[in-house]
Amino acid sequence: MTAIGFVLNGREVVATAPPRRRLAAVLRDEFGLTGTKIGCDAGDCGACTVLLDGAPVCACLTALGQVEGRAVATVEGLAASALAPLQRAFLRHGAAQCGICTPGMLMAAMALLARTPQPDEAAIADALGGVLCRCTGYRAIIAAVADAAATLPEEPPSGAAVGARVARRDGVEKVTGRERFGADALPAGPFLTLRAIRSPYPHARFTIGDLAPLFAAHPALVRVLTAADVPGSLCYGIYATGKDQPVLAEGQVRHRGEPVCALVGPAEALAAIAEAEVPITWDILPPVGFDDATATQPLHAHAPENILCRGRVRAGDPDAAPPAGAVRAGIAIETSFVEHAYIEPEAGYARRVGDRIEIVACTQTPYMDRDAIAGILGITPEQVRIVPTAVGGGFGGKLDLSVQPLIAVAAWLTGRPVRMVYSRSESMASTTKRHPARIRAEAVAGADGRLFSVRFHGDFNTGAYASWGPTVANRVPVHAAGPYAVPNVLCTSAAIHTTDPPAGAFRGFGVPQAAIAHEALMDALADRLGLDALEFRLRNALRPGSRTPTGQVLGADAALGACLEALRPRWRAWRDEAAAFNAARHRPVLRGVGIGCMWYGIGNTSLSNPSAMAIGLARTGRIVLFSGAVDIGQGSNTVLAQIAADALGAPLGQIDLVTGDTDRTRDAGKTSASRQTFVSGNAALRAALALRAEILRRANAGPAARIAFLPGALQVSDGGRTSTLALESLPADAEGMVLRGEGYFDPPTTPLDQDGQGIPYASFAFAAQIAEVAVDTALGTVTVRRIAAAHEVGRAINPTLVEGQIHGGIAQGLGLALMEEYVPGRTENLHDYLIPTIGDVPPIEVMLIEEADALGPFGAKGVGEPALVATAPAILNAIAAATGARITRVPATPERVLAAILAARDEGRA
Amino acid sequence: MDAWLRPTSLADALAALAAAPRVILAGGTDLYPSHGTSSLPGSILDISALPGLRRIETHADHWRIPCLATWSDVIGAELPASFDGLRAAARQIGGVQVQNAATVIGNVCNASPAADGIPNLLALDATVELASLAGTRHLALADFVLGNRRTARRPDELAVALRIPRPAGPARGVFEKLGARRYLVISITMVAAVAEYDAAGRVRRARIAVGACGPRAVRLPGLEAALEGRQPEADLVTPHLAPLAPIDDVRASAEYRLRATAELLRRALDALGTPRARAA
Repeated sequence: MTAIGFVLNGREVVATAPPRRRLAAVLRDEFGLTGTKIGCDAGDCGACTVLLDGAPVCACLTALGQVEGRAVATVEGLAASALAPLQRAFLRHGAAQCGICTPGMLMAAMALLARTPQPDEAAIADALGGVLCRCTGYRAIIAAVADAAATLPEEPPSGAAVGARVARRDGVEKVTGRERFGADALPAGPFLTLRAIRSPYPHARFTIGDLAPLFAAHPALVRVLTAADVPGSLCYGIYATGKDQPVLAEGQVRHRGEPVCALVGPAEALAAIAEAEVPITWDILPPVGFDDATATQPLHAHAPENILCRGRVRAGDPDAAPPAGAVRAGIAIETSFVEHAYIEPEAGYARRVGDRIEIVACTQTPYMDRDAIAGILGITPEQVRIVPTAVGGGFGGKLDLSVQPLIAVAAWLTGRPVRMVYSRSESMASTTKRHPARIRAEAVAGADGRLFSVRFHGDFNTGAYASWGPTVANRVPVHAAGPYAVPNVLCTSAAIHTTDPPAGAFRGFGVPQAAIAHEALMDALADRLGLDALEFRLRNALRPGSRTPTGQVLGADAALGACLEALRPRWRAWRDEAAAFNAARHRPVLRGVGIGCMWYGIGNTSLSNPSAMAIGLARTGRIVLFSGAVDIGQGSNTVLAQIAADALGAPLGQIDLVTGDTDRTRDAGKTSASRQTFVSGNAALRAALALRAEILRRANAGPAARIAFLPGALQVSDGGRTSTLALESLPADAEGMVLRGEGYFDPPTTPLDQDGQGIPYASFAFAAQIAEVAVDTALGTVTVRRIAAAHEVGRAINPTLVEGQIHGGIAQGLGLALMEEYVPGRTENLHDYLIPTIGDVPPIEVMLIEEADALGPFGAKGVGEPALVATAPAILNAIAAATGARITRVPATPERVLAAILAARDEGRA
Repeated sequence: MDAWLRPTSLADALAALAAAPRVILAGGTDLYPSHGTSSLPGSILDISALPGLRRIETHADHWRIPCLATWSDVIGAELPASFDGLRAAARQIGGVQVQNAATVIGNVCNASPAADGIPNLLALDATVELASLAGTRHLALADFVLGNRRTARRPDELAVALRIPRPAGPARGVFEKLGARRYLVISITMVAAVAEYDAAGRVRRARIAVGACGPRAVRLPGLEAALEGRQPEADLVTPHLAPLAPIDDVRASAEYRLRATAELLRRALDALGTPRARAA
């Protein structure tokens, strides 16, 4: 140990740590400055950006010894007393969503602004190009940095919260670095660390040898956990019929990165253990790939032919002979594994409290975690307390258990708190991915320009374990004909096991893959009919009164048509401009404009997915919303408060939040399927209405009464009469509430029959997007120049947050289309696995169509997944428009695009 | 506990290297990522406190880039148009965070096949100045980088500087990098070229190097020779690609790399053939 002195946020400090230790670790562990985030430990993500003598560096690549005598500035130093102007600008523009990249963005931007007070977009992009963000799509960040004189948005008056662009409720924590993510939460007092030993092979049998020498060599090692140590059910899973994933593998591994044993001990002791010291003997088995899985020995007894499950929707007569003059188009599409690449790797700790276990970790689904951990430990759900930390990006990836089973077992057995933080490579190797899909589809349209039939089959590589595979298999056929009225439909799917990583939930549950196919077909049919691609879609769009392929009749909010009409002027102008550009022969660059449409069912497919919310009035006159909905950056903490405020008739600023803790909140279900605004929003609305009714009853006031919330009292005015309700004298419950309201909502759906007929969702969102690309036809590189997105959202509870979801979804759709391809064993880092940077996301124009949903709270629907679905189709259709080349394998890497262009040239299409 | 040395004189640094082999740490941007999440193992010689080895020096017949000069220093230095390619590379190596920490020499000593600096330095005809207690020697960069992550540095030597000779007449450099996204991207392939012009705007001498198309970056002597005495023209490229030996990897196939490299070479020659380039 050496004492190393430096200046930290203006104060002289001394660190007593080895000089080789990474500055990021020193700031967090020695100084408690957890605002500096560790996303990759490799300089790939920039989340740990700090200023060293005023210049941005990655603290994860900086040796402590090198900062001796120098000045280090972290996010905690930005707001000594009040928020810095840049922090205010981040709040105003919605530049922080989950907040995990925010400290890095802020520090990089501070260095820029110190040099260039009014930077242009190019300078901002150059300055922030080293920080990855997975939530925002970067556009709001650019806007914030360009508007560093911003003020905070004003708080809306009572009754005007819905529709207001209020700053996110948890925003100050995110821009000051105070927010506690999974790796930032530490148990009080000493704790043990857990390190998983994982399979380097996709498929193998193994035996664990005598552990005595390991313990002898490392006396501080406390315990080595194996499958035999799991006290309850070894396997867990999302569905009752799919509990096939072991906490620790039992003699056989089915994917690379699967944990086989877990070392538990002090962190330094674990770090000193070489992987080779753990006595594991491997018997390598042939991997089971997507190509040959159905002809291979099954990986699980429940999945003969390695088929986990199938989905099917049939309507009309898909075999009917097409009318005279009909045109036909077919397509085969292949997609890749896509990694969630949230900047926060999974992390948390567990501690045993008597006969209960508490887990403090990042998650999208506290109640499912609670029940799963109860099963794994062999205890009751009431004995499990899940306390979600802030979530540094989820996108579906934190719907599955990660650290929780291991730390739960370890804490349960040792009786000591146990912490685990995934490394980036561990996170990427072991957690779920978007399903790779192989799709064949065909569509027929009549000479009248109306769709006659769609046939679709998608095989989805669901990897080693079931996870959310059934969700994908069920959701895809419902959506696979696209947002169009089609009388004759046969859409089928299969989820297929392989020895790849488990494919699970990822923003859209297979629908983004399917949309690539149906939107390619729409372009091909329009082309064959000589119709404009937008007008052809408009002619066939699902509209109020349309019958979907599952037989559901849509309501007045089915407004795809309005989306298309909103885009039409841009569509025409952009196409004219691209044509003029191409006519001017800027070879080898060609431009093109493409369109993509989508629809998306909100909530679970034909399954109950209720949410319960409670809201209370404290003696102080403050209101507390007890929300079990996890805000993963999308903004539910803010949206639910806005809904509750207006339903109650209270100022938004009067509402405090208690979130996520399963001991303190009701089950709001998972943050998934774009359901929190729609489902939990309804529960919050009903809870708030119940509390209002109780207040009005006590004041003997009518429904139009106005409530003033005063310290310790309410004043209820009804017509000319005002009554005061003193709160001090009322009895308080265990939570300190004197009055409460409870709300519950479960979207009304019906089961699907064997032909997929029924009502799978209570609400559908619709959207259309157009993209303009420039394709370098000599290299195959694609630059997206601009995107316009028209989204039918029912009602935008908070337009800034809605736009943020759309921007972020578009960035992920762009990644899916152009660059994201996870290859097990080869891209387990953020420099070989590419996600869009600030320079890759073009200007985005968002058009919000607000056609109130009959069931939604204040008419609102979900937008999280709808944001993403239409983007890749629009980009791929734009590439085709520019070059004549149809990309059938995504991502459309430069090599694939060039190959498609050359093939099209050979066939005379371009 | 392994040794950590942070000498404040070059003599002390060289003495330490003479005593025992040590891992040399400068900016840390390649070293730390190569060790996962753990701390650096082994004996470390942190050279970041050596005095007088940061500022890029201009001499009558050469420039000297000392071993602590970073990519940001290259971007900020007053350097002529022959450095345009190196400057362009400097702006594309990692983000600003990496450019502020990573040294130019570190890029060379790390000897990644995909190092963006090396082709540019080959095109600039750089030599490596290696110091040890036994004295100083100078190696041409092509003789220094031996292969994938292999260099000719002896364990007792420190690469203290790069020397770049001053061209006889006007010269200009270009860098063409192909990656699959805008920032933070490892090159699929890359081309660097520096041309020196005569008074008539013809190429007096050209050096052209390609990276990420083999275990180390290579020059294309055939193409360089073909350009001499001529205006740079894109259609000279095709017959001169034999030195390239790309592989298939996650970024692209060998076949695509070759094709794209030929295109980048054409673009580089086009850029060097513009009137602005010749007026450099």
